[in-house]
Amino acid sequence: MALFILRRVGVMALTALCLTFVVFFLTNLAPNLEKLAKTQGNARMSDAEVISWLDRNGYGGPLVVRYGEWLGVVPGWLREDPINGEWRGRCITRGQNPEGAPRYCGLLQGDLGYSTVSAAEVSSIIGGRLQLTGILMFWAFAVMVPSALLVGVLAGMREGSRTDRTLSTLSIATTATPEYVSGVIFIVLLASSQVGLSPLLVEWGWLEGGTLFFGSARSAMDNVTFWNFTLPVMTIALYGMGYIARMTRASMAEVMTAQYIRTARLKGVSFRNIVLKHALRNALIAPFTVIMLQFPWLLTGVVIVETLFNYNGFGWTLVQAASNNDIELLLACSIVAVLVVLVTQLISDIGYVFLNPRIRIS
Amino acid sequence: MEPLTWSGDLGTFLNPLMGFAVALFVAGFVANFALVLAGQRPGEMVVNADHTLSLQRTPVDFALMAMKYAVLVLVLGVVGYIIGGMVLADPTRSGILGAMAARLTPVWLSLVALFAVSITFKRRLGLYGKLFDSPIGMVGFGLVMFWIFTAAFSGMVATHGPITVISQMRNQLPGSPLPNPTEGQYGWYLLGADNLGRDVFSRVIYGAFEVLKIAPLATVFAFMVGITLGLPAGYYGGRLDTVITFLANLVLAFPVILLFYLLVTPEIVAAGIPNYLSMVLFIFPIIFFVVLFNSRFRTDPPRRNLLVGATVILGGVAYLSLISNPSDPNLPWLFRLWPEMLDLFDIPGNLLIVFVSVVFVNSPTVFRIVRGIVLDIKTRDYVAAGQTRGEGPWYIMLWEILPNARGPLIVDFCLRIGYTTILLGTLGFFGLGVSPESPDWGSTINEGRRLLTVYPHPALPPALALMSLVLGLNLLADGLREESLKD
Repeated sequence: MALFILRRVGVMALTALCLTFVVFFLTNLAPNLEKLAKTQGNARMSDAEVISWLDRNGYGGPLVVRYGEWLGVVPGWLREDPINGEWRGRCITRGQNPEGAPRYCGLLQGDLGYSTVSAAEVSSIIGGRLQLTGILMFWAFAVMVPSALLVGVLAGMREGSRTDRTLSTLSIATTATPEYVSGVIFIVLLASSQVGLSPLLVEWGWLEGGTLFFGSARSAMDNVTFWNFTLPVMTIALYGMGYIARMTRASMAEVMTAQYIRTARLKGVSFRNIVLKHALRNALIAPFTVIMLQFPWLLTGVVIVETLFNYNGFGWTLVQAASNNDIELLLACSIVAVLVVLVTQLISDIGYVFLNPRIRIS
Repeated sequence: MEPLTWSGDLGTFLNPLMGFAVALFVAGFVANFALVLAGQRPGEMVVNADHTLSLQRTPVDFALMAMKYAVLVLVLGVVGYIIGGMVLADPTRSGILGAMAARLTPVWLSLVALFAVSITFKRRLGLYGKLFDSPIGMVGFGLVMFWIFTAAFSGMVATHGPITVISQMRNQLPGSPLPNPTEGQYGWYLLGADNLGRDVFSRVIYGAFEVLKIAPLATVFAFMVGITLGLPAGYYGGRLDTVITFLANLVLAFPVILLFYLLVTPEIVAAGIPNYLSMVLFIFPIIFFVVLFNSRFRTDPPRRNLLVGATVILGGVAYLSLISNPSDPNLPWLFRLWPEMLDLFDIPGNLLIVFVSVVFVNSPTVFRIVRGIVLDIKTRDYVAAGQTRGEGPWYIMLWEILPNARGPLIVDFCLRIGYTTILLGTLGFFGLGVSPESPDWGSTINEGRRLLTVYPHPALPPALALMSLVLGLNLLADGLREESLKD
C-alpha cells in the first residue's frame, strides 16, 4: 500500500511538473512577452526596445532557466541597471541591496511571484480568492451530493419502474444543461424584474419590489445569504447532479440483482430493510470515486458561474489572469487547478481501496 | 403595424386546451404521488378460474391514465400550433408561435418523411431501426434531427440575415414589426432583437448550422485520434501503453477552461501553436485509413496499392492544404512551404483553433474508452483464434476488435457530440469562439447575458436551443444503449 501511494505521488509530481512547464511555455511565448513589455512599458516600443526591456526585467534568459527560477531550483536573476546602478532581481525589491537577499525564490521556497496586472504578491491574491471559491464549492457539494445520491438510490432500487424512468430522464436532462444555460434560465425565471416569477410575486403583493433572488453574487463575497447565493450554488449543483445520480443508479441497480439481496428477500426481509441495511452501503462505493472525480469538472463550472454571477473567486481570477496574460498569477492558478485534479484522483484511488475490500494491492 | 402576439387567433382555442392539459397532468401527478404514499398500488392482472384474465383498476391507474391523456392533449395542442401556423400563413393571425412553425415548414415535412420511412422499414434497418422501438430514443432522435434539418434549411427558415442590423430595432421585444419594411422583407422580428438590432430568431437558426458544422466533425476527428492510439496501447500494453496513458492523463489533468484560454488567445495563434497542433492531430485519420486498408488487403497487393495510394494522395493533399496557408506571412515558415496553387482551401485561423482545441480536449477521453474496451476484448477466444491463424496484430485490432467494440463507441459518440456542443458553447460564452459576430449559440448567450435581467429575450432562445440539442443527443445515446443491450 505504501509503495502504491508512493508511486502515485511520484507520477503526480511528474504530471504537475510537465503541466506547469506547458503553462510556462505557453505564457512565455515570444508574442506574449512582447505584449507584456508593451503593456508594462510603453505601447509604442520598437523591437529592440522590447528586447532590452525583457532583458532588464528578467525575461531574457533561456526558457528552461527561467522555469527553473520560477520553480526555485536555479538562483533568481539579478541585474545591475546600467543607467543608475540600481540592483534589480527576482528575489529583491527594487533598489534593495542584493546581499542578504535569498538566492533562490521560487515555488519550492513558497514564493509564487508577483502579479504584474494587479501589482500585488500572487500568494496574497490567490489565498483570499480560494477561500471565496471554497465557500461556493462547499455549498454546491452540500446540495449536490445528498440529492444526487437520493435520486440515484430511488431510481436504482426498482430498475425499470416508472420512478426509475422518470428520475433517469430527469438526470439526463440535468446533464444536458450546462452551467451557462441553467444560469441564464435561473436568472430569467427568478432574478429578473421584467419576466419570470418576481413581477408576479410583486403583483400579488408577496414581495416588496425588486426581485426574488439576486442575479449577482457580488454581495455574497462579504455576507452569504439565501437570496444571493442560491442561484450560483444551484447552477453548479444541477449540472454535476445528473451524472452522480446516474452512476449511483447503475451501481444500485447492479447491487439489487446480487445473490445476497435475493437471499434476503427469500428470507422475508422487508424491502425497506433490504435497501437500507443490505444494498445501500455496497451501492455507495462506486459513486464515491465519481464524486471525487467531480472536483476537476466543477472547476470549469466554477469558472463559468463566477463569471456569470460576478463572484470574484478563484475561477474569476483565472479568467482575469488568462485574458490579461498575467504570467505568474496564471501559473499559480494552474498549479492550484492541477493540484486539485491530481489530489482528488489520488484520494479517489486510495479511498476506493479502503472502501472496497475486494480490491487488494500487492 | 401592430406587434405580433404570442399565440394569435390560434390561442383563443388552443391555449385553454393546453392549460387544461397541464392542470390535468399536475393533478394526476399529485394524486398518483399521494396515493402511492398512502399505500395504494396499481391494479394487477388476476387469473380467473375459467382461465380468463381480468384487470382491476385502482385509483392509481386512473391517475396514471389522466397523466397519459394530458400528455396526449398537450402534444395535440403543439401539433395544432404547427399545422395552424402553416395553414393560416399570416403572422398577424397565427401569432409568433404559429409564424415560427410556418417558417419551419421544410423541417416538419422532412421530419415526418424521415420518421414515416424509418418506422415503416424499421425491421430491416438494424440498430437504427431498433431505435424506433424505444420512446426515449425516438424523442432524442427527433430532437437531433430537428436541429440537423434546421441547420440544413437555415437559409429557407431564417427570416433575416445572421448579421443584418436594423438599428431602430435594438432590444425590441418578440413580435416587433420592422419600422419600414421593404418589399419582400419579412415584416417582423419573431423573437425580438439583440442589443445591436439583429434578429434573434434568425441568429438561433443560423447558429444551429454553425454548431452542427463543427461539433460532429470535431468528434469524428477526436475518435480517429483516440482509436488510432487506443488500439495499440490496449493491445500491446507494456511501455507504449504507459507512455500514451501518461500523456492522455496529462491532458485530462489540465482544467479545460485554462487550456482553452491558453490556446485560443491571439498571441498563441500568432506563434503558430494551433498549426503545430493541427499538424499532429490531423495526421491520425490518414494513418488510420492507411493501416486499415493495408492490414485488410495485404494479401491482395494490386488492390492494396490502389487503396493505400488513393488514401495517401487524397488525404495528403487535403492534410497539407488544411495545415498550411502560404498566403499568411505571419505563420512560421513550415506552414508556408506548400505551393499556393495546390492549397485547396484555407480555414480561417479562429475556426481552426477552436476545432483543434476541441479535438485535443476530447481525444484523451476517447483514448481511455477505446483502451479499456480493447483490454477487455483481447482476452476473447476469437482474438486468440485470429492470433493462431497468424493474422497480423493490426488486422486483429482494426478488423476484429474494433467492429466488436462498436456498440459502446456509437453510444459514446452521441454523448460526445453533445459534450463537444457544450464545450463550443463554453468557448463562445467566454468570448473565445469562432468570431465575435458568429451566430453560434455560446457567443449569442454571452452577448445576451449582459442585459439579462432587463432584456431576457436575446439570451434565452439560444440557451434553450443548445439545451434541447444536447438533451436530444443524450436521449438518443440512452435509447441506443438500451436497444443495443437487448440482444
